[in-house]
Amino acid sequence: MVDVKLRVSFAGPFVTFQDEGRPGHMRYGVSASGPMDRLSFAAAHAALDNPQGQTCLEISLGGIQFECSEGEVTLAITGGEFSVELDGKKGTSWSVLTLSQGRKLSIRPGTGGSWAYLAFAGVLGAETWLESSATHASSGFGGGAVRSGQVLTVREARICPDREGEIARYSQRLNDPFRVVVGPQDERFEAGIPELFTSETFKVSDSYDRMGMRLIGPKLALDGALSIPSEPIVRGSVQVSGDGVPTVLLADHQTTGGYPKIATIISCDIDRLVQTRAGQSVRFVAVTAEEAIAATRAETSAQRMYLEEISAPRGTLEQRLLRENLIHGEIFP
Amino acid sequence: MISAKFTAIADHALLVSFADELSDDAHQSVMALDKVIADAPPYGLSETVPALVNLLVDFDPLVTDHKAIETDIRDKLQDLKPVTQQSVLHRIPICYEAPFCPDLPAVAQQAGMSEDAVINAHFGGDYRVLMYGFAPGFAYLAGVPQPIQVPRKPAPVRDVPECSVIIAGPQCLITTLVMPTGWSIIGRSAVQNLTGDADRPFLFDVGDQVKFERIDLQRFDQLKKENAHG
Repeated sequence: MVDVKLRVSFAGPFVTFQDEGRPGHMRYGVSASGPMDRLSFAAAHAALDNPQGQTCLEISLGGIQFECSEGEVTLAITGGEFSVELDGKKGTSWSVLTLSQGRKLSIRPGTGGSWAYLAFAGVLGAETWLESSATHASSGFGGGAVRSGQVLTVREARICPDREGEIARYSQRLNDPFRVVVGPQDERFEAGIPELFTSETFKVSDSYDRMGMRLIGPKLALDGALSIPSEPIVRGSVQVSGDGVPTVLLADHQTTGGYPKIATIISCDIDRLVQTRAGQSVRFVAVTAEEAIAATRAETSAQRMYLEEISAPRGTLEQRLLRENLIHGEIFP
Repeated sequence: MISAKFTAIADHALLVSFADELSDDAHQSVMALDKVIADAPPYGLSETVPALVNLLVDFDPLVTDHKAIETDIRDKLQDLKPVTQQSVLHRIPICYEAPFCPDLPAVAQQAGMSEDAVINAHFGGDYRVLMYGFAPGFAYLAGVPQPIQVPRKPAPVRDVPECSVIIAGPQCLITTLVMPTGWSIIGRSAVQNLTGDADRPFLFDVGDQVKFERIDLQRFDQLKKENAHG
């Protein structure tokens, strides 16, 4: 089987290789990394019936353009609402298509979202660190950032015409507040400040990358001493610096830190948060630890059903036309 | 029984705190609890992260919850004993010569000592790995001798090379990648904490002891060469 070669003509900053991440090394200062939006990453692989967790490209608002210089492969694009062009023909993210030799694909920011995922039916070659290709952006460890001029290789490439077309999006309430469990240092803030955090509206600032997202909003005044003995941080921790500005720590977070943390965003709401963009409004709502666990369990089972649905092949073109015809009745007069 | 405070972190972790302020006792308790959890992990445990006064216990919310993890840990705290096991001692060769020590003159001036006295004080110290943080492989070592404890510089310096030996206050660190730092750069380690060995990717574990050895530039180059070939 011939390897597929893709020549990258342009890659914006922060386009990186990501697999499911490398959990288990936080005690050595290593965050799990992996996709910012884990559901969209899983959806890209599900739509191709790939084994979950394998390497894909995470595409930032910088975008990417490449040409298939050798071979042919089916690919899936998910995440946000990016704009996709195949040989100049416009499409959107959330689609499966086949790229053959000489054809050009570009993925650029569209009407919404901050991160898109590009998975291939096959195995995308990438460097690994600690058995994972997930890129830790600030160190460059793992697969690393994709650069203009780089040639990507896909081994064991498959062509799956029965999977081509639009991928159903996961239904979620995009404007719902993000659920947080307050603490652990809520006592370090002035009276009423944790309640302010969970009632006021904040804006996403342009200080937003894989390490964290700084928010703009009312000042979250600290009570007394600024620093605490450095303590562990997780993905979703909301730490507040001395000037009262909150930052949500994300996939490539540092593993310990000395700024007080007012709250932690629950894991199943983070995928939705990372797809917001600078200038967008966000709100937070406090839930108990028990409610947080119940929410994650419910969300996980809903996501599993969704991934199962989109992993079913759509059938041959003929079957699809027939099905469309049965539903709409106007394709064949 | 050692008393601890339990705080829920989102849907997937519990923070077990032994104190609000830095203390040796609190760190010993963190180390001891970390060890008993490693020996008998509660069902659904994902990983633990030891820090200065507390331990993060991360778990899979699909199979367990804060209450079950807390119950397990309370049991373990009943007869928690300080870690008695002899900790590992690492001997790390450091070259304190130019061009590896740009901040040595400034540290000497602040300490009111000769550069040589600063070097002697630094490698004479007994260091212990307190915790990791900031970036992959950044191990914070406690034990910088009092006379050479200097505050952070007013502004960070960019592009500080990996294996730089940097100090601030009582803490010392050997950098693992090119990074900006506001700490004082006083030497270069011939050994990297990221080993590149898949079975043992990090040289230091939290709780380990570290002694530094002074080497000259010639020995440093020789060791670097050996490591590159080994």
